[in-house]
Amino acid sequence: MGFASVYIARQSHVSGASLTYAVFFFGLYLVAHLVARFTVPYADPYLLPLAGLLTAVGLTEIYRLGPQSAFKQGIWIVVGVSVFALALLALRRDYRLLENYKYLFGLGAIGLLFLPLLPGIGETVNGARLWVHVGPIRFQPGELGKIALIVFLAAYLREKREVLAQGRLKDWGPLLVIWGAAMMCLFVTDDLGSALLYYGIFLAMLYVATARLTFVALGVGLFLAGSFAVYQGTPHVRDRVTNWLHPYTTYKVYCPLTGTQALRQDCTSYQEVQSLYSIAHGGYGGTGLGSGTFTSAGGHQIIPDLNTDFIYSALAQELGLIGVAALLMLYMVFVLRGFRVSLFAGDGFSKLLAAGLTFCFALQTFIIVGGILRVIPLTGITLPLVSYGGSSVVANFLLLAGLMLVSNRANAEVGGA
Amino acid sequence: MNRQVNRLALLAIALLAALVVATTYWQSWASGGLQARQDNAIQRVVQFTIARGLVYGPGEKAVFASNRRKHQNGQTLFFRRYPEHGLAAQTIGYSTASRSQAGLEESMNDYLTGSNTNLSNAFRHVLDKLGGATVHGNDLVLTIRPGVQRLAQQLLGNRCGAVVALNPQTGAVYVMASSPTYDPNLIDEPGGYAHVLKIRGACGGASALLNRGTQGLFTPGSTFKIVTAAAALDTGAFSTSSGFDDPGYCEEYGRKVYNAGNPDQNGPESYGHVDLAQGFEHSINSVFCNVGKQLGAKTILDYAKRFGFYRTPPLETPANERAASGMYRYTKHGRVLDDNASRADPGRLAFGQWTMLTTPLQMAMVAATVANGGVVPKPYVVQKILGHDGSVVRETKPGNLGRAIKPETAAELNRLMVSVVEGGTGTAAQIPGIQVAGKTGTAETGVDHVYTAWFVCFAPADNPQVAVAVVLEKQVNGFGGAVAAPIAKSVVEALVHG
Repeated sequence: MGFASVYIARQSHVSGASLTYAVFFFGLYLVAHLVARFTVPYADPYLLPLAGLLTAVGLTEIYRLGPQSAFKQGIWIVVGVSVFALALLALRRDYRLLENYKYLFGLGAIGLLFLPLLPGIGETVNGARLWVHVGPIRFQPGELGKIALIVFLAAYLREKREVLAQGRLKDWGPLLVIWGAAMMCLFVTDDLGSALLYYGIFLAMLYVATARLTFVALGVGLFLAGSFAVYQGTPHVRDRVTNWLHPYTTYKVYCPLTGTQALRQDCTSYQEVQSLYSIAHGGYGGTGLGSGTFTSAGGHQIIPDLNTDFIYSALAQELGLIGVAALLMLYMVFVLRGFRVSLFAGDGFSKLLAAGLTFCFALQTFIIVGGILRVIPLTGITLPLVSYGGSSVVANFLLLAGLMLVSNRANAEVGGA
Repeated sequence: MNRQVNRLALLAIALLAALVVATTYWQSWASGGLQARQDNAIQRVVQFTIARGLVYGPGEKAVFASNRRKHQNGQTLFFRRYPEHGLAAQTIGYSTASRSQAGLEESMNDYLTGSNTNLSNAFRHVLDKLGGATVHGNDLVLTIRPGVQRLAQQLLGNRCGAVVALNPQTGAVYVMASSPTYDPNLIDEPGGYAHVLKIRGACGGASALLNRGTQGLFTPGSTFKIVTAAAALDTGAFSTSSGFDDPGYCEEYGRKVYNAGNPDQNGPESYGHVDLAQGFEHSINSVFCNVGKQLGAKTILDYAKRFGFYRTPPLETPANERAASGMYRYTKHGRVLDDNASRADPGRLAFGQWTMLTTPLQMAMVAATVANGGVVPKPYVVQKILGHDGSVVRETKPGNLGRAIKPETAAELNRLMVSVVEGGTGTAAQIPGIQVAGKTGTAETGVDHVYTAWFVCFAPADNPQVAVAVVLEKQVNGFGGAVAAPIAKSVVEALVHG
């Protein structure tokens, strides 16, 4: 339990000011822990410390990259923990009442996804229209939409799993409508990473509910066909794939960013390539926290979006293979505990919810880190709990709350019996 | 549903495990390749956080390369400076912000950045890194004598050419001057590289970046007669008193190959009845043409190989900045070495024309071999590598590249070369109090009256301390004995007295 705080305290050697963050973070963790003890006493004991540890690693690296962002991130973590506490308090008796509002969640998910498209409050950042700007707060509603969609899918699939397996179109209707709308919306906003994530979650939950691999195969087939169509039609997607397959050119190509001729590694694939250099520079042991190189001799940041999409490259440089392998182990343990929650859950809704939430967590990690490592084309999404980003932190704390609620109930039933 | 959940869990773990594998790939196998890439912006900065080792001459009198310290964003960055503004520029090379390197800066980069894999060194390096202290590279102490190097550069002036001087016993390079030269500080300045590329020198020829001493390939002309004479005497086929009739030409394949023109006469000189020693002293082509015909091209090339031809001479500079001497053939892939004796005209080869091309370093090695009693010294330019604390990381032990000729042959050649300076074509190299042994060379360039002028020598003849090769490109009516010998003389004087 004290692991997280110890970790933070040790990092405070880097600078005196970060001690404040350590104390503050430890206090916050204690609050979260007490709330959890009170509301979900039987919950899986590993999930919260693991989440705390991941958040701490993220906050430490964000602090190292820019103390200003760390302060904002700190505030968002407070918001996240509050939302986490509220969710636990509100749903501590029986979270399964959420099932009754499944269509609300489904429509809510669509609503949240479409929010950035609304004129006035929507905002385009890095070519993707995912942001909502209300007053001083910038928010990515898609992050919350993701949780809402999982709740909807869990509830709907639990109810219809037998009839779905028979493959009648009537039962598929609402599912396909909501899911289709979500996918369409994602393509409209050019948010490929999220599209991939949603599709993956959908297929995974469908498989868990129906046990039909044919559905998965069909889904993958449709996905490939769809991807090909999108690849043909969307220059944004084509660029991503080109950068993935051929990040280097030895001759100059047209650079859409500057409108001139340039080597691809100096233009569209610059970010990917420099991020790999950052990882390579880390080697086995890393440069040590705080000793990494992220700014040029002229003082510019070398890799844009370092503390959000590319935080893994920063961590890989400073902590080295040993450090990031340990980080990935933390994700694995979290994911294993999450699936364990699903296995021990008593009812279909809980099983689907826990499996969906956990798989979402794992897949999101894979999509962003795999993109950075050139395993798959790069699409910008956040690394759960570690990346800088308010909406992501809040959404992941909600995800954590969901898993803890489910595990509390499952363990309480087992303990009570 | 538990079966599906289990399978899904397996998939999720497999995905995450793939990330561990991919990270391992980039951080171990692929790491080196990525670090070496020119567009690596991180390494571009990292290199500045390291205080590159200094490069200086013996006695630290002249610093060839140092660093300028600059504080930026809480980091101390080190920028390379070349305080001598181009002394031995082609040998020292440069290391720029855009990570292009040349010369010793390139080939000795591991030492200069302290990333060489000496165990204690590596350990200190890690400690420095962890402690956040500046990583200091190792310093290079060169064998180049800054004063004489500067003199050689001044003597070359605007003329294109090179001066190479080395210790015939140890192979330590004292002078490695190439002209035209450039200021390495310019390379990193805006437009500086383009400016350097435009430097032409009097010959209007190749770039100032070219190290003519080690890369420049020139027709050796009569200086190659040292090699031919070595073969003639060492094989026992001739003695210094072997007689020849010189009608002013030598007949080969039924055609006349004439002696060199004499500036005092119209048409080729002719000496009548001479011996090999006189032929060497006066550099008579017809004599060597006949020697070559009798020895055959293969024997001459075999001896050339013993002197180090057909191999890139060892030196600490990058391999692509050194060239092997030998016959060259032009193919569609460019210029390639050709050791096929059957393609050679032995007569012309014997007096250093035909397709033979040599570097000044190789010719200095030929002179040094004669001076060294027939053993080819192994040239080197880095005397010592010192740690930041002054400890010796590596010290060069003089070596050799094997015996080329018998000691007796070397002694005979020594006497022949002394006679060249005392009463032959190389009298301009005479130094009061120092007996110089040398050989002139005036190679035809294919353009009438434009020659490649050579002088190779060593001194003192009885106790050689220095061997020198001087080459000057595109000299109009410039004979080796007249234009190159005086430069060699000054360099020898400075090195022997200095």
